[in-house]
Formats: sequence, C-alpha cells, structure tokens
Amino acid sequence: MRSIFIILRKEFRQIFRNKINIPIIFVMPFLQLLILVNAASFEIRHLKLHVMDFDQTPASRRLISRFSGSPYFDIVNYSHADNIANEDFIHDNAGMVLRIPQHFEKDMMTQGVGKLQVVINAIDGSAAAVSYAYAQSIIADFNKQIVVDWIGKKQFEPPVTIISTVSFWFNPDMNYYTFMVPGILVMLVTMIGMFLAAMNIVREKEIGTIEQLNVTPIRKHQFIIGKLLPFWIIGLFELAFGLFLGKLIFDIPIVGSIWLIFFFASIYLLLILGIGLLFSTLASTQQQAMFLSYFFMVIFILMSGLFTPIESMPEWAQLLTKFNPIAYFVSVMRLVMLKGAGIMDIHMQILAVFTGAIAILGLATWRYRKVAA
Amino acid sequence: MNRFTGFLKKEFYHIARDKRTLLILFGMPVAQVMLFGFAITNEIKNAPISILDHSRDHVTTAITNQLLSSGYFVLYDNLFSERDILTSFQKGRVKEVIVFGENFAQQLGREGTANIQILADATDPNTANTLVNYTKAIIHSYQLTLNRSKTMPIQIIPEVKMLYNPEIKGVFMFVPGVIVVILMLVSALMTSISITREKELGTMEVLMVSPLSPIQVIIGKVSPYLLLAFINTIVVLALGKFVFGVPIRGSMALLLAEGLLFIITALSLGILISTIASSQQTAMMMSLMGLMLPTILLSGFIFPVSSMPWPLQWLSNIVPAKWFLRIIKNIMLKGATFHSIWLETTILAGMAALFLTVSAKRFKLKME
Repeated sequence: MRSIFIILRKEFRQIFRNKINIPIIFVMPFLQLLILVNAASFEIRHLKLHVMDFDQTPASRRLISRFSGSPYFDIVNYSHADNIANEDFIHDNAGMVLRIPQHFEKDMMTQGVGKLQVVINAIDGSAAAVSYAYAQSIIADFNKQIVVDWIGKKQFEPPVTIISTVSFWFNPDMNYYTFMVPGILVMLVTMIGMFLAAMNIVREKEIGTIEQLNVTPIRKHQFIIGKLLPFWIIGLFELAFGLFLGKLIFDIPIVGSIWLIFFFASIYLLLILGIGLLFSTLASTQQQAMFLSYFFMVIFILMSGLFTPIESMPEWAQLLTKFNPIAYFVSVMRLVMLKGAGIMDIHMQILAVFTGAIAILGLATWRYRKVAA
Repeated sequence: MNRFTGFLKKEFYHIARDKRTLLILFGMPVAQVMLFGFAITNEIKNAPISILDHSRDHVTTAITNQLLSSGYFVLYDNLFSERDILTSFQKGRVKEVIVFGENFAQQLGREGTANIQILADATDPNTANTLVNYTKAIIHSYQLTLNRSKTMPIQIIPEVKMLYNPEIKGVFMFVPGVIVVILMLVSALMTSISITREKELGTMEVLMVSPLSPIQVIIGKVSPYLLLAFINTIVVLALGKFVFGVPIRGSMALLLAEGLLFIITALSLGILISTIASSQQTAMMMSLMGLMLPTILLSGFIFPVSSMPWPLQWLSNIVPAKWFLRIIKNIMLKGATFHSIWLETTILAGMAALFLTVSAKRFKLKME
C-alpha cells in the first residue's frame, strides 16, 4: 500500500511540476465547454434568401413580405438576373433563391394555379430539406390566406381536421445547453483520461526510465495502479467541476441522482484509462500512442450519438456503437441527468462498461508484463 | 546544401523505417473516411417510437401504418396506459410517443375533429424538432387524403431545385469535412510532436550545433510530413470520388494546390505549438485539446456556422479548417474557380505566414 502512495505522490508531482499542464488540464476543457456548447445547433435561422420578383404585383409583394417577416429567412439580395443569383450561391451569400415568375398573380386569378421556383443550396442535405420545409409552410399559409381573401372563408374549411398537439418532454424550452453540456463533458473527461494514460507509460519507455522502475521492488500491479489512479482522480474532478459549471452557468437540470452519475463515471474511467494503458503498451513512442488514441477518439466521438443520432446509422454501425464507451456514457448522462433514470434503468450500461473495464485492464496488464519481460 | 539533403534523407528514412507509425498514418484516414462516409449522417431514419392508442380503430391504424411505413419511424412499443409513457422514455431509446384520443374515428366522423398528442423526447432538441415536423407532415397528408374531394380553388405550386446535391446526400457534406479534420489534426499533431520529441530526447541541441541553419532543420523535419499529408489528401479524395460518388466539379490541380496550402498552414501551426511546448505530452495536449474540438465544431463540418451566435461566428474565423472547408466544398461541389475562392486562399496563406513568423521569432529567442 505504501509503495502505491509513493508512486502516487511522484506521479502527481510530475503532473503538476510541468506548469503548462495545469492550464491544459484544468482551464482549456472548461473554456471549450463554455464556448462550444453554443456551436451545436442544427436549427436553421436567418437563412440567406435571394429574391427574384419578375411579377411585381401586390400578390408577389405580399408573399415576399411573408418571407421577410419569418425568423427563418433574411432577404439579402433582390435581382432580376440569373447570373447574379448564381454568383450569390457560389460565394455563399445566398442559401436559397425564390423566383416569382411574371404573371404569377394573373395566373392564380385566371387559372387558379400560381407557379414558383425555389432553388436551394443542398450541399448540406439535411439543412436544405429543413429550409425547404420552412419555405413550403410559408407558401402554404400564404396560399390559404389568398383563398380566404379572394373567395371567402366559409366554403373552404376542410370538413375533417386532425388536431395534433405537441409537447416536448424533459426539455420543454428546447434548450440546446441541456443537450450539449452533458455530452461535451463526457468528451472532455474521456479525452483527458485516455490521452494522459496513453502518453504516460510510453513516455517512461521512450525516456528509458521504465527500466529503472522495473528493477525497483515495486510490483507490476502497484505500478499500474499508481500510474492510473492520478488520472482517475483528475477525471472525476473534471467531471465534478464541469457539472458544477454547467449548473451554475447554463442551469442544466440534474433530475436524477448525481451519485449515480459518479458511480457510473468511476467505472467508466477505469475502462478509458485501461484503453489508454493498452495503447501505451502497443506503442513504442509517444507519437504512436498519441495517434492511436487520436484515431479511436475521433471515431468514438463521431459515432457516439453525441452529434448525430445512432438510430440513423446503418445496422453494422449501430452494432459498432456497442463497443463505443463514449456512447454509453453519453446515454447514461442524458438518461440520469435529464430524465431521472434510476440504477435499474441503466443497469445494462453499467454492466457493459464494467465488463469492458475488466477485460481491457486485464488485457493491458497482460500486455504490459509481456512487453516488460 | 549537400548537408541539408543528407539531413532530409535521414528524416525520410527515419519515418519510412517506423512501419507502425506509417501504418497508423495511412490506415487511419482511410478507415475514418470509410466509417464516417457510410455511418454518419444527420438525416433521421428509423427513430424508435411508442404508440398509445386508446381508440384502436381503422383511422388510428391507418395513421400508425403511414407513420411506420415512412422510413422515419420504427415501432418500439405499444403502450396501454398513460403511466407507461414515462418509463418508455426512461428506458432510453424511444424518441417520441404518439397518443390517440378515445373514439378517434367516431369523433372525426361526428364532430369533424379529433386529437393526436405528440410527445417528443426533447433532450435532443434537434432530433425532437425534426421528428415532430415529420409526424405532423404525415398526419397532414393523411388528412388531405380524407379531404380529397375538396381541393383548394387556388393552388400555388413551388417547383424545387436542389442545387449542387440534387439527391440531398449526407456524404456530400461529410466527405469534405472528414478530409479537413484529418488533414488538420494529422499535420499539426505530427509536426508538433516530432519537433518536441527532439527537444525532449535532447537531440535538438545536437542539431543546433550542427552546421545546418535552424530553418533548414525545421524544413527537414517538416517535409516528410508534408509529403505524407499530401498523399493522404489524394487517397481520401479518391475514396470520396470512387466509393461515395462525391463529384469533383472544379479543377483537380487547383484542389490539390489548395490542399497543399492547407497542409502547410496546419504544419506551421504545428511548428508554432512545438516552440511553446517543452514535452511531447504538452504538445499533444495542446494540439488535441486546442484543435480537435474547434476543428470539428467550429469549421461548419457538422453544425452550420451561419446558425451559431455571432461571437462564435466571429471566433470561427480564426479556425483555419473553416476556410479550407469552404474552399474544398466550393471546388468539389460547386465547381468554383480560383476567382471565387481567392479570399479564403489569402486568409489561409496569411495564417501560415503568421504562424511561421511567430515561430521563427520564438525559435531565435530560445536559442540565445
């Protein structure tokens, strides 16, 4: 036990002696938390609209004012030439062009049909689909209004109406912070834990000090515990501090038990540190260890359901997320913090992460012994 | 000059000998592009929903069938009482619960109206919003079929054209994004680590007393990575084109030249980091913590920059990835020529120049 303490003390000193480590470990993550939660929104507002009105009638102007009055669209340009609209697209000065042809109003009155053209920059496919849906609903509303104004309301009330009422559970204000803060916290805690652990042991290898450690009377498991424990403590501390900031600044709700979150996190960090340790036994230089961690980190993050829903992935990719620790932690954070899930609701996740931790730590220790021998 | 070529050769050999690093460096981008290209999409499909149907008549069944055959939803559970709703959400997977009122068809027939409640799990507001919109649209179109006999006397028909990506495929967005993220991090990381490594192992001093000038040392250290990153660019572009069918509408030569410029920018950022960090660990933490999240989140790779609050939009201007992402999308998807991307190009070049100047200053300072 005493030797573990001594290693622990040495490790902590080593971490804190390096002055630049302190801001990196303790300031940068939270700075990112504060800044980046604001970036994560798919909401489309202020879409840049370019209007080409070849009709210039009361009807076309009313339609245009519908668009300018909507929070989704900002009219940035009017023109009467296709090449100007094209230039706007190329330079990203327009996301959508609304083209009202000549005789738009006349055609509606005489033939009952008015045609419009909507051109959308669809490089971001889903954003394009959403902005088209907004445009469609504005046009449909305008259509109804025209009918009512010109023909009178009574006759065209549809005989059957299905009324759908919507309520948004767990986050009625549709607050993006509530969604992003727990997720970004998971990411930060994971990055710190995995990178520190992966680089640390391989560093001793690279500098040559590991030989010295190997000839000391310290047992292997003591050495590993002594190496990993500081990062485990730092990880839990980061989580606590991050949750505190999230509560203080973004007022994120914590509906469920905070202890349950920490219980889960403490097992989760074992798994993450185990992965880091495994990488450092696989790598011979810090550079390799870092690339390995980076490679898996990017995959873990992007396939965690943090930014894009897991359900939309193909079967095989969904299966892969079963091996993604971040996916478990993200779902647990959201379940417990936001929906108030209890230990029984997340027992499968606990079991999965626990099994993973045992397996990875076992594998890493075994590899470590082999490498050292 | 002869000395320099010798040094350059040594650096190239050094990397070529390290098979493990090479495997990681070439394998990583390929694996990532394949994985993300196939798996990641922000379109929503197959969202699990639960249905609480108090009525169970032909209308509610018809609406349920329409929802489930749309491709957006799959049935997770049939609920039997209001109490089950919360537990259904808490088990985690269900994104939406749909509640049909009692005697739905009867009411619709007799009174002309009936109620559907849509309860969405808004912990993820993006998904919740989209799903609710889909649900409403499906219910609305069902209502239209019920009212088929009555058409609007005046109809406005919008004709839509989806420019640059007519089938609105998600990969068109993600392949350029993945290229940018990979190049940015691999180039900046590789350089910063490899230079700090010399410092940490003490071999930098040896290099400094050699007759090579500091600039030659840096160029020698960086050029193998420049080549590696450039090969990576070509490989990833080829994957994007031949595996995912992402077009390259503009000039290939221009695209590669811009790619080279971006690699140089990222490499010079790596050099700058290495002048600040004294250990590999620090260099790595700085590049990863400082670059990874901003590159993923602020470049417009996943979330549109235009819908961020203005301070973030402003901040995104100092993220090199943002400018290159615009360049690469413009050339690949819009077929842009240099004329329309000169601004982005100038900004990237300016950033590279700035990073290099600051690094050179710091480098000299340290040598004295």
